[in-house]
Amino acid sequence: MAYSEKVIDHYSNPRNVGTLDKGSPNVGTGLVGAPECGDVMRLQIQVNPETGVIEDARFKTFGCGSAIASSSLATEWLKGKSVDQALTIDNMDIVEELALPPVKIHCSVLAEDAIRAAINDYRVKQGLEPIAEEKSHH
Amino acid sequence: MVLLLQIRINLNKIMKLPVYLDNNATTKVDPRVLDAMIPYFTEDFGNAASRNHPFGWKAEEGVDYAREQIAALIGANEKEIIFTSGATESNNLALKGVFEMYAEKGRHIITAVTEHKAILDTCKHLEKQGAEITYLHPAENGLLTIAQVEEAIRPDTILVTIMFGNNEIGVLQPIREIAALCKKHGVLFHSDATQAVGKIPVDVVADNIDLMSFTAHKMYGPKGIGVLYVRRKNPRVKVTAQMDGGGHERGMRSGTLNVPGIVGLGKAAELARLEMDSDTQRIIKMRDRLENALLTMEESYLNGSKEHRLPHTTNISFKYVEGEGLMMAIKDIAVSSGSACTSASLEPSYVLKSLGLDDELAHSSLRFGLSRYTTDEEIDFTIKCVTDAVNRLREMSPLWEMFKEGIDLKSVQWTEH
Repeated sequence: MAYSEKVIDHYSNPRNVGTLDKGSPNVGTGLVGAPECGDVMRLQIQVNPETGVIEDARFKTFGCGSAIASSSLATEWLKGKSVDQALTIDNMDIVEELALPPVKIHCSVLAEDAIRAAINDYRVKQGLEPIAEEKSHH
Repeated sequence: MVLLLQIRINLNKIMKLPVYLDNNATTKVDPRVLDAMIPYFTEDFGNAASRNHPFGWKAEEGVDYAREQIAALIGANEKEIIFTSGATESNNLALKGVFEMYAEKGRHIITAVTEHKAILDTCKHLEKQGAEITYLHPAENGLLTIAQVEEAIRPDTILVTIMFGNNEIGVLQPIREIAALCKKHGVLFHSDATQAVGKIPVDVVADNIDLMSFTAHKMYGPKGIGVLYVRRKNPRVKVTAQMDGGGHERGMRSGTLNVPGIVGLGKAAELARLEMDSDTQRIIKMRDRLENALLTMEESYLNGSKEHRLPHTTNISFKYVEGEGLMMAIKDIAVSSGSACTSASLEPSYVLKSLGLDDELAHSSLRFGLSRYTTDEEIDFTIKCVTDAVNRLREMSPLWEMFKEGIDLKSVQWTEH
């Protein structure tokens, strides 16, 4: 299968691989996917509690090149955004940016799920209600 | 990265990338085989069935000589060699041909779940025609036992078909013992020996084989030509033809003979017979070196029996690394992976699953198939490339981190998607 240049770039030089302290109240962790499905993404955000801005984002992903690229791209996009802005990241934006083929759209869906899971984890830690699972993916 | 690039540039001077280690899929044609074939395209191009002129006689001579070369490799008589288009056709002809020919004796066939699809799908086809098939399950090392086969034999069993060497894991079944058992019970024995013929000694007399499929392109011959060995004595075996036509190949397989292909297979068989020992000695050393180096990595596992195995095959799983991501990382090496993951729905290898591997381990497996053309430099490069890839992907893998923290991944509530 031919991967796009952007997927190859993110796969070969992934941005923001790593681990944040999941015990910190300012860190939200999202772990999505399942090993037997061939994709597991862990995405973490570190939020400035004063400004509500995501100061750092890290990921680790078990998956194909497109899954790794999707999560790498997600961390790039998350940094500097407010938590509310982060919620507007849509899986189709990832599909477009990475030129993912139809069979790899699930990778972008997983990245979006990971973002929401990380934000919800952060919200719960802050004593807020988690965001409801409202939308259906594209 | 810079270092790897440097190594790549250096290696490019002495070897061609990607390194080809998918010889269980197909092999390069030996130049000596190609040389033998060429005259039969442009000079001696006659139809081997043309009896009235030298063009036909020349072609027939070429075919007759090839038949002898092939028969010599497997200890058969040249009249027992039936040419087909390849091992898939041979397997179809053997199973369907026996089922139709011996239907009065019974409808029961025994095979194993680790067989090639050319056997399993033919069995499924025969089930629709009223056959009863017993599918034996090998142990975790991929091996069947004689007792398993004996227990499955019934009065109405007409055929046992068990592959010689497995294409994915290379495991060699106890063919001689199974075949002797079949003989004792008066049941025909067929073996799909596609991966074994030309690689290890196969002798249809000593091994008691009644029918045997193999193909040229796994032994440095051309694609599109295969053989079904059909025993003529003790017992005399017959199969019903699956194609109607001119009655070639003793009436079992009609169709104008593929003379250049046959000549090529003949030459490949001769080379295999003469060079098997020296090839195997070299190949097995390289295979073991590759395997041992990769198994020194933590959480890497050999699939299938280490002892009863083809000399040129090794199949290894790397836990906590995803298969497709791994394939992408080793694009300079042409190998097969344990998953057919070209779509969102991953399908792990049924052979590996039958050994008890979970989907994860099956997905993250690589099959290395060496050949007489594999070099030590290629093995060095492969060891480095795979080791680096696995380490890099594990650094990126949340599962590896959890494993290192001592978390039991089975206890985690995963979100299926």
